[in-house]
Amino acid sequence: MSKFLKPAALLAALAVGVTAAHAGGKFGLGREATKDEVAAWDIDIRPDGTGLPDGKGNVSDGEEIFAERCAVCHGDFGEGVDRWPVLAGGHGTLSSDRPVKTIGSYWPYLSTVYDYINRAMPFGEAQSLTPDEVYAITAYLLYMNDVVTDDEFELSKENFTEIRLPNEENFFEDPRPDTATLRDGDPCMSNCKDKVEITMRAHVLDVTPDSEDDEAAAGSID
Amino acid sequence: MTKTDDTLRAPSRRGFLKSGIAVGGALAAAPLAGRAMASEGDPAILEKKDWNQYLGDGVDARPYGHPSEFEAHVVRRNVGWLTADPVSSVNFTPLHELDGIITPNGLCFERHHAGIAEVDPAEHRLMINGLVDRELVFTMQDLMRFPRENRVYFLECAANSGMEWRGAQLNGCQFTHGMIHNVMYTGVPLKYLLEEAGLKTNAKWLLPEGADAAGMTRSVPLQKALDDCLVAFRMNGEALRPEQGYPVRLVVPGWEGNMWVKWLRRIEVGDEPWHHREETSKYTDLMANGKARRFTWEMDVKSVITNPSPQAPILHDKGFTVLTGLAWSGRGTISRVDVSIDGGRNWRPARIDGPSLGKSAHRFYYEFDWDGSPLLLQSRAVDSQGIVQPTKDALRAVRGTNSIYHNNGIQTWHVKSGGEVENVEVS
Repeated sequence: MSKFLKPAALLAALAVGVTAAHAGGKFGLGREATKDEVAAWDIDIRPDGTGLPDGKGNVSDGEEIFAERCAVCHGDFGEGVDRWPVLAGGHGTLSSDRPVKTIGSYWPYLSTVYDYINRAMPFGEAQSLTPDEVYAITAYLLYMNDVVTDDEFELSKENFTEIRLPNEENFFEDPRPDTATLRDGDPCMSNCKDKVEITMRAHVLDVTPDSEDDEAAAGSID
Repeated sequence: MTKTDDTLRAPSRRGFLKSGIAVGGALAAAPLAGRAMASEGDPAILEKKDWNQYLGDGVDARPYGHPSEFEAHVVRRNVGWLTADPVSSVNFTPLHELDGIITPNGLCFERHHAGIAEVDPAEHRLMINGLVDRELVFTMQDLMRFPRENRVYFLECAANSGMEWRGAQLNGCQFTHGMIHNVMYTGVPLKYLLEEAGLKTNAKWLLPEGADAAGMTRSVPLQKALDDCLVAFRMNGEALRPEQGYPVRLVVPGWEGNMWVKWLRRIEVGDEPWHHREETSKYTDLMANGKARRFTWEMDVKSVITNPSPQAPILHDKGFTVLTGLAWSGRGTISRVDVSIDGGRNWRPARIDGPSLGKSAHRFYYEFDWDGSPLLLQSRAVDSQGIVQPTKDALRAVRGTNSIYHNNGIQTWHVKSGGEVENVEVS
């Protein structure tokens, strides 16, 4: 079997559409992935630090890289330009009328910050940052969110999992169904209310496309 | 498509008000003809038309056909203010113009996080790695040699109706409910691919990943993957559209659309969830007390009246009227849909027509004699688990108004005496 995994033999097998290198699966389809192939695509990080590459970066380096690569959308301090996402601040707003959900106020795990920047940012030039640059940017985001206060703080593979984000404990598993079911009784069919009044109109807000003041809209998805 | 959208625009509420009569698609022609008819008869009958006399296009003119030019208003629409950028954004299926349960491929709403990846299938690979006996790579050719299944499922964005949590905002079911499509997928059961790799005994979670610049990832419990997930390469009989993940996407029946990873290039097998951006920062549901639900995967029972609706006003006088809509549940089939024309005071059972398939859209009709007076239309679906579609107020009582996702509350349309329809909330 191992001889089939040599690159030359592998390419020859692929060139004629033959999956000679399969290793006894039910249908005998596909071939074994090489270590290099798995390493090239498997870049995901978990909260326990699994997947983190070797490397390190500090807050001041992160500030410089952020200014160059990130601030045009996210602002110098992660405050967000125009409609682009806000990355810092918002502490204590989650139960308010208008929550500001940022890395510092909302995200549960630092690993997500590293993973997402590394896989998908900068927007339009993903996967262009080195591991040290991602560590540095992550360190700067911690600083902007007051999770670390030392502007010389250095984040590395070794100390990464020591950092906890403030909102980690505030997520819980899906408790639905959380509204009525037939077990609670059949839904009402007649004379269900004394009267019905209109309490809100889309007409008044007038933010549907083709309307004239769609800048007034509230709420967003991103 | 020679005419512009302007000349063939759907009857928007504003246009309806300005002109007094809708200048929409073919349906609008009937009242116009009726009004113009002279005593000797209808010009549509008395006058010869071009299509009666002259030859039309031959069979070579339309190798891949398009809708009639008179249907040019039936298109996906965007709402510019919703997102910072049209590349990580969403558009909306024109539900008010459709019937039956199948969404045409070219009208299926789009949601991208880094635009449409244009993937050459010859260079596309699907890798399975992690807690497996053999880490494998499949080509598209390999995938198409596995046994296939054909299944009709809805795909609903978790944020569908999300802009309506605080109240009536967007005027049209395309905008309030159009982040959904329902197509027949052809694909390979994911369990076959996992069996091919051989699962380790500690395997519990999967991480599907997309090949686009967003590198979309979600944690999927193994149990779901072994139950009914598909790795699909066809929709409605043809190859996936690029905007729907060509050449291959994940199908996660009944679950929020974000998990249906497009341009699927890798599935990692692990023993814990990854808690990636799309299941922490996004697709978690903030409650009024500041705590948030995570892993809210199922899309609950929901329905909407698609016609009449704000983009589809009643264009005829009082009399026999067809009301129609869609109902669906991520937890099974739809066992019943009730319709109210008086804002929920009284309800009548609607008629479900067409296939009733699990985790698929259902088409319902309610025919009634409209007396020309104002109406408050609502629909209320019940799924095969016995879960009743709630009012928006019932949802808000439990969840507050900031959870963004999973708004399956009952929609109200206000039909005015002239036939105009508006999105409203009622007491």
